[in-house]
Amino acid sequence: MKGCIPAPHREEIDEVSRLVSARLAAFLKTLRNSGFAVGLQEGRDAVALMQAGYAEAPGVLRSAFKHLFSARKSDWDRFDGLFDAFWLGKRARSRSQMSGSAKSANSPSLKSLADHGSQRPAGETATDSIPSADDDTAENRAGEGRKEGASRAENLAEIDFRKMADPDQIEQAHEVAARLARTMRTRLTRRDLARRRGYRLDLRRTIHGNISHGGVPISLVKRQRKEKPLRLVMLLDASGSMSMYTGVFLRFIHGVLDEFREAEAFLFHTRLAYVSDAMKEKDAGRALDRLSIMAQGTGGGTRIGESLQTFNRWHAARVLHSRSCVMIVSDGYETGDAKLLGREMAALAKRCRRIVWLNPMMAWEGYAPEAAGIKAALPHIDLYAPANTLKSLTELEPYLAKL
Amino acid sequence: MKTRDEIAQALAACGYIADGELATAVSLMQLLKRPLLLEGEAGVGKTEVAKALAAVHGSELIRLQCYEGLDQSAALYEWNYQRQLLSIQAHRGVDADAIEDQIFSEKYLLERPLLAAIRRNKPPVLLIDEIDRADDEFEAFLLELLSDFQVSIPELGTIRATTIPHVVLTSNGTRELSDALRRRCLYHYVDYPDVDREARIIMTRIDGASASLALQIARMVEGVRKEELRKVPGVAETLDWAAALVGIGVKDLHESPEAVHETLMCLVKTHEDKSRLRREVSERLLGRVA
Repeated sequence: MKGCIPAPHREEIDEVSRLVSARLAAFLKTLRNSGFAVGLQEGRDAVALMQAGYAEAPGVLRSAFKHLFSARKSDWDRFDGLFDAFWLGKRARSRSQMSGSAKSANSPSLKSLADHGSQRPAGETATDSIPSADDDTAENRAGEGRKEGASRAENLAEIDFRKMADPDQIEQAHEVAARLARTMRTRLTRRDLARRRGYRLDLRRTIHGNISHGGVPISLVKRQRKEKPLRLVMLLDASGSMSMYTGVFLRFIHGVLDEFREAEAFLFHTRLAYVSDAMKEKDAGRALDRLSIMAQGTGGGTRIGESLQTFNRWHAARVLHSRSCVMIVSDGYETGDAKLLGREMAALAKRCRRIVWLNPMMAWEGYAPEAAGIKAALPHIDLYAPANTLKSLTELEPYLAKL
Repeated sequence: MKTRDEIAQALAACGYIADGELATAVSLMQLLKRPLLLEGEAGVGKTEVAKALAAVHGSELIRLQCYEGLDQSAALYEWNYQRQLLSIQAHRGVDADAIEDQIFSEKYLLERPLLAAIRRNKPPVLLIDEIDRADDEFEAFLLELLSDFQVSIPELGTIRATTIPHVVLTSNGTRELSDALRRRCLYHYVDYPDVDREARIIMTRIDGASASLALQIARMVEGVRKEELRKVPGVAETLDWAAALVGIGVKDLHESPEAVHETLMCLVKTHEDKSRLRREVSERLLGRVA
């Protein structure tokens, strides 16, 4: 590289390298704020790059940094905009680019939220899709210890989520939902252990163990195939009609993502949002804050069919495999095309092992699955169950364990 | 160290038409000694990158195809059990310790791709193909190997790398890779090539494809990719189709729309997609090809 650069340019490049190095730390901070996983080693490598002469033109440096700092497709797509905005001051262009992708547009506010933690004023993030009760719980969490006892929890289990008004109750329901997710996970794992039976010979250990018998394999060592855990993919309807239930289910999803080794979560209303990353925040309150931003929908209706289409087209290949269970939580009020929903459900059913549709409205008196959406979807659903109380969620567990 | 242009030229000479960014990635690989992670849709030529890289360096290509349940004995090393058993039988009556020393020596060790890659005299290109198909445990193990480049075999001791291989990992995105592995690697997203580059790829790979035909094919494929298909055709499919067209003697797509429609099966691989690319559609697409 050094050989091919004419001498006069060399000094200019050194000058550029010096300038870039001086602001490199700030650039790395910008990247981190935008969700890039950039560590010290990357910073060191960036300096090494510039010393090797990659600073000769912005295009080259951008390309080199892009390879170094990106770790996934979303990073890769956003990087050019971020680079140009930071180094070349192309504010207008980068802003218009970034507004296209929800994540980057939100990232500054995500950051400020994360800094505030759970003590932010109520209502700051309240949206139509997250019940305002959530904000109360987040506030109360700081002040109170846990009051729950076995009997309290038992009672709570039977109350319909939408009839819970007391913030304490809601908080407890959230706790139970999270705990439920945890127990499901452990029971599923234990089931794997109980099944241990070797069917393949482990030659390595057999030979090692039988040297004293002169190599005659007397005591055999066997191997068993490891049971792979079930993967749970959850699609939660966050539209206005579901608003009374979203809070509890978000908490349930948070628990599942935290405890299951393989779980993914999506939110949908008029469009689909991938929320696993945002939900992986350990602190439930914070995760919900981040989500409330991503869940900002119109509240105008639910396009289940279109959301599923997006899911099938862009996410299914990555997220689903033959041991996946898809759990859709929705009331099935489709405002889009019911035929499309039927078609996409059929495509989805081909890809995964089971589809569970949880409908909180199902337990309401006089409810019949007559909405066009749910009618179209029903033939492809393996389990259609109510999920308006914690008890009904618990009842699902044996079914999931059988998968 | 070679410049990016030189790398691009060297890759082209080996039959791989790279875009500028990939050449940068390859030059960075050499500079920073980091593995290169390639992601992209199936059939965009990720594996070909590694093959071309091996040709450029004039070194051996060692390939490890990942699959679910891939373990150390298939990826790293395995003892040669048959020989070990024979040896034990042949040395009956000898001191057990002596036999043990003997049968757990290098002579009885079968090297698998990963071990082979760090024991060559000249750094080979190590292609770890479809890493997303292997499980988390293997990924963690790989991470350790890629940072230390040494392998410890309980019966034999630690084997250090004689050379550091050029590592290329590919992923189709069937599973999310761990952040640790991603951070360890340089990242490059391989996209479908644009029309010009695809035409050049066709001309490089298919003997007898004229420049005008290659350009027509590339434009047509670009149109097909924009249709709503379940399986979007990759570069490999384009090459198949080009080979088929050249094989049946097509010189100009407009002159033989029949042949074009009938050979489209090289591009689409499911019944659903086939029925979507009806005659009208293929004629409409053909009409757009200048």
